[in-house]
Amino acid sequence: MKINKFYLVLFLLALVAPTALYPVFLMKVLCFALFACAFNLLLGFVGLLSFGHAAFLGTGGYVTGAMMLHTGMGPELSILAGTVAAGLLGAVYGKLAVKREGIYFAMVTLALAQLAFFFYLQSPFTGGEDGLQGVPRGTLLGMFDLSDNMNMYYFVLAIFIFGFWLIHRTIHSPFGQILKAIRENEPRAVSLGYNVNDYKWVVFIISSALAGLAGSTKTLVFQLASLTDVHWHMSGEVVLMTLLGGMGTIFGPVVGAGVVVTIQNYLSGGELGNYIHIIMGLIFIVCVLAFRSGIVGEFQKMVKKNF
Amino acid sequence: MATFLGINLFALSGQLLVGLINGSFYALLSLGLAIIFGLLKIINFAQGAMYMLGAFFAWMALNYMGINYWAALILVPIVIGCIAILIERFLVRPIAGEDHLYSLLLTFGIALVLQGVFTHLFGSSGLPYKIPAELSGGTKLPFMYLPNYRAWIIVISLIVCGSTWWVIEKTKLGAYLRAGTENPQLMQGFGINVPLITTLTFGFGVALAGFAGVLAAPVYSVSPDMGSSVLIVVFAIVVIGGMGSIGGAILTGLLMGVVEGLTKYFYPEASATVIFLVMVIVLLIKPAGLFGKEA
Repeated sequence: MKINKFYLVLFLLALVAPTALYPVFLMKVLCFALFACAFNLLLGFVGLLSFGHAAFLGTGGYVTGAMMLHTGMGPELSILAGTVAAGLLGAVYGKLAVKREGIYFAMVTLALAQLAFFFYLQSPFTGGEDGLQGVPRGTLLGMFDLSDNMNMYYFVLAIFIFGFWLIHRTIHSPFGQILKAIRENEPRAVSLGYNVNDYKWVVFIISSALAGLAGSTKTLVFQLASLTDVHWHMSGEVVLMTLLGGMGTIFGPVVGAGVVVTIQNYLSGGELGNYIHIIMGLIFIVCVLAFRSGIVGEFQKMVKKNF
Repeated sequence: MATFLGINLFALSGQLLVGLINGSFYALLSLGLAIIFGLLKIINFAQGAMYMLGAFFAWMALNYMGINYWAALILVPIVIGCIAILIERFLVRPIAGEDHLYSLLLTFGIALVLQGVFTHLFGSSGLPYKIPAELSGGTKLPFMYLPNYRAWIIVISLIVCGSTWWVIEKTKLGAYLRAGTENPQLMQGFGINVPLITTLTFGFGVALAGFAGVLAAPVYSVSPDMGSSVLIVVFAIVVIGGMGSIGGAILTGLLMGVVEGLTKYFYPEASATVIFLVMVIVLLIKPAGLFGKEA
């Protein structure tokens, strides 16, 4: 039961973290960590590289933002609506994307995400270039005022743990074993009688809904939904987080999200802000050439070798 | 005003021309992607950045070194081809045996770096590049006024695409290339230097993007993000056409430019998205793409 102790320690650390670190920063890390975990469910465990996951993050964000602004619904229902909307979009996009494999899959998802980008750019409810601003955080279950950062933090933490648990559960279920079989040897999975495309489709929906959940939560945290979230740069960022942290490891995306968000926060404050894309690009190149297992993957290798 | 069935022929032919010009760039870029994909089985995500680089090199050559448009049209693609050869040799080849997704991510990283560097150096607003004196002005046609430079774009890209097609499909060098696409091990066994051909192919495919960039400099403003927006469209075009055939890549590129131009006339709101919608339809009807071979 070593692994459970590990989770317990992390959980306790997460509970006390806001006493040491700025809660909004922590919430940003948690949102992106959930986003990256959802993405990694596809890339790391099925071997599908989606280059359009920003579409789901953004859809969740816009729908939740619009619900909070224009309907009387509370944060829990608005987040649910954002998640469902992203899941539905994922159902449509996934159905199309699983028709192609490998590199084509990446190009199809990228192009589909661009379609979503132009939709949000042009449709009147998103506020165009300004985005949805001043989204209220509301009151959770009519009891907890989320405009308080500490309340919001524990709410975000609960959402993250739920998403993380769901991904963990999916990977370790019989369904998850079939996904791994598809990743390792797709023709064999087909020959064993599995309808591979349906499995890919279902996991694509789960992944996009969770990405939407991350986007919905992020909109509440920052009280803003904008085009940045649906731009292809965002799709690239989540790939980077996963690659840097370690694709196919359950904790890699969390670590990767933490590192990338920290770098961004550090750079955007100073005069180095201009260099952010250059640095991200260089991290990509270095990761692919020399550091393919990512931080967590390399760490696991080291532990295996030495202990 | 010449109208036919309520259609303004001036406006329509104007948009068709813009469509053909965009289509010429799409054709050049997707042709480059298809050539590279054929032999290396990778997608070069930096193709858009190389197109941007082509436009910037042309601008820098003119403003810093006084090299005119015509010289740039020859020199810039050569320089970019050499850069691409270095990239292939030192970055792409070490991971050639890995999953091809890694090379996609690698070239994505290269694209981010290039775009970042040029944003840092020149800012994100565009720079103007003057149309060369020989091609300024225009010709009056019955339906429209045809600017000479725009006609030149269409003619020269058709010539370049056409001769590339001819070399690949009809010459001995092209036969090597096609054979390398089918079975590189056997080719190597026949004593042909496949790694060299691979490197040169990558260089040539990327040089086409650089060439497109020089051509584009006088019509679009030269800006760091000119490549990324066009590249995503080109990806959709590659999915529509399928990368099985060189001719298919050229035709699909031109065709999609025209479709985009027509949409700009009939339903301008959809002009930015129409190519992606066509991609969706093609995925539903013929997932392998219009010219695709694989099942």
